[in-house]
Amino acid sequence: MIKFLLKGLLRDRSRSFFPVLTVTFGVFLIVFLQAFFNGALANMYNTTAHHQTGHVKIMTQAYAAEAEQSPNELALLDLADWLAVLRAEYPGIIWTPRINFGGLIDIPDLNGDTRTQGPAVGSAVDLSADSPELDFLNLKKSLVRGRLPEKSGEILLAADFAQRLKVSPGDTVTLIGSTMHGSMAVNNFKLAGTARFGVAAMDRGAIIADLRDIQNALDMRDAAGALLGFFADNAYNDQKAKILQANFNAQYQDAAAEFSPVMRTLIEDSGMASYFAMADAVMFIIAIIFVAVMTLVLWNAGLIGGLRRYGELGVRLAIGESKSHIYCSMLGEAALIGIGGSISGTFFGILLSYWLQYHGLDYGAVFNNSTMMVENIMRARVTPECYIIGFLPGVLATFIGSALAGLGIFKRQTAQLFKELET
Amino acid sequence: MKKIILLLSLLTFWLSAESAENILRKIDANRLSDGKIAVMTMTIRGRRGDRTISARVWQRNSKDSFTEYLSPAREKGTKMLKLGDQLWTYSPDTDRTILISGHLLRQSVLGSDMSYEDMLEDPYLLNTYTASLIGEEILRERPVWALDLTAKTADTAYARRKLWVDKERYIALKEELYAQSGRLLKLLEVSAVMQVNKRWLAKTMTYKDALKDGDGTLVNIESLEFNDQLPEHLFSKAALRK
Repeated sequence: MIKFLLKGLLRDRSRSFFPVLTVTFGVFLIVFLQAFFNGALANMYNTTAHHQTGHVKIMTQAYAAEAEQSPNELALLDLADWLAVLRAEYPGIIWTPRINFGGLIDIPDLNGDTRTQGPAVGSAVDLSADSPELDFLNLKKSLVRGRLPEKSGEILLAADFAQRLKVSPGDTVTLIGSTMHGSMAVNNFKLAGTARFGVAAMDRGAIIADLRDIQNALDMRDAAGALLGFFADNAYNDQKAKILQANFNAQYQDAAAEFSPVMRTLIEDSGMASYFAMADAVMFIIAIIFVAVMTLVLWNAGLIGGLRRYGELGVRLAIGESKSHIYCSMLGEAALIGIGGSISGTFFGILLSYWLQYHGLDYGAVFNNSTMMVENIMRARVTPECYIIGFLPGVLATFIGSALAGLGIFKRQTAQLFKELET
Repeated sequence: MKKIILLLSLLTFWLSAESAENILRKIDANRLSDGKIAVMTMTIRGRRGDRTISARVWQRNSKDSFTEYLSPAREKGTKMLKLGDQLWTYSPDTDRTILISGHLLRQSVLGSDMSYEDMLEDPYLLNTYTASLIGEEILRERPVWALDLTAKTADTAYARRKLWVDKERYIALKEELYAQSGRLLKLLEVSAVMQVNKRWLAKTMTYKDALKDGDGTLVNIESLEFNDQLPEHLFSKAALRK
């Protein structure tokens, strides 16, 4: 039966080509939209986690209360001990210390006097060769000139910032900042390279330096502003993060001691809980609306297909084919069209989504003046649900459309058929 | 009768305004000199404990100063030069001389409750403020005048000050420094005084930034000598690198 229906569809292009094309296009859009929204959400989570919060973050309670100001005087002390404890107790998490700092980058002239200055925000991270931070911050791919800092006393500057200050790799730059105790800290660094981070807020004036150098520069020996934890699969899972947080805080947080540690999850620490929830909901609603619209379109296509074949069905009834047999064969054809269209639509949708996942779309110009930590490259993200989401509207809508249109068959009278065929 | 009362009130007001101005003039004359050398310690009492910094300061004409930090090891050799309204700092580790300007002026001096901006203030109160006498009190067993000072120009760091001035020694024992909005920014309290060359000066004082946590910065003058013949070369950028 299926073979017979397939032959019919293939031989009569008007019955197969356009319906399959319509289903393909609809399913393609649904699949691509799903992957695009997945990518947009993952982009938000990843950027926030990699640049600001980790999946979980440990700070002193005093630091956490004023975290937006990066108050390094309230930093977490005994860093080596904490790292040892955390790595032993939570081996599935990648722990990495960070120091966020602000200051001025001062460029000396030949006499050592100030030639030019610019305000900068910095991140001190572990830049050793096997550090996971290189991937988290995508540093190797971000390099524009020079190389990553390899020796002590080397830093990386945002490419646009370096251009504005007219410095090149190899030049000496002076960081004027503030030590952990509030003194002015003046330290010389060698510019190892320049990078474009793909985050507009960073590209305006960011410094990336090795943690040990900044600990020395800011008098923060064995201290860090925060300890970031990342899940091994590098994907944020709010439920896992909350369990980890409850466990850690129950064990180590002392509400009465302002310098005792406290753990926060990405959602809490970014201060964007409602934003993430809203983005999640909006993307879900958009996807639902789109699926509903496509369902109507495909349903309509099924109805039109049924009406177009009004004459053909009359002939089939006239030559003795039973109504239920015709109805079932129509449903079978619809199912085949739906499945075929869904397979090809899913194929093309996944294909384009994978392309966008690997190559990305640069929309950095939109965020030129933004202070949001949003990556300039938008990528899609193909998840298992992308492979099946198109089948629901693709098969069901076509099937239901044909099923409704086909009901007309049962209302037709054999006595009227020849009259209808004559006209 | 009403006219007499009004006249008397005006006369009293005029006399008190004159008196407040005289008090300011005497405070300035008492604490400012053509040249002095002081060794001082600053104990910064922060949320995480105390830190003590010592420094030697050369000051001339009340407007220029040269400061060399003596301890702790991290700050040793750091120098600061103030010439009029310009301020430079020299860091021996980097061999860089940095002009402190713009938002750097609002930074704290070595983590203390004092900002670089405070160092650049015109030390002559009479030049900057209009004073009025608002009362007489007893403060730490000393009779004091309470003065209310209002800045003459809008660009003054502290729009208003309240001073409690020792009636006999012409030294401010307590100061409150306010912003234009009326918010208290700094608080200065003298806990010990000393007499050098017939002048009464603060020996120990607490300087507290009201916007910062911690218990303020305790400044102690270890030694002080007046010297009108300070070497000229000390007040130059070249001296920072020596």
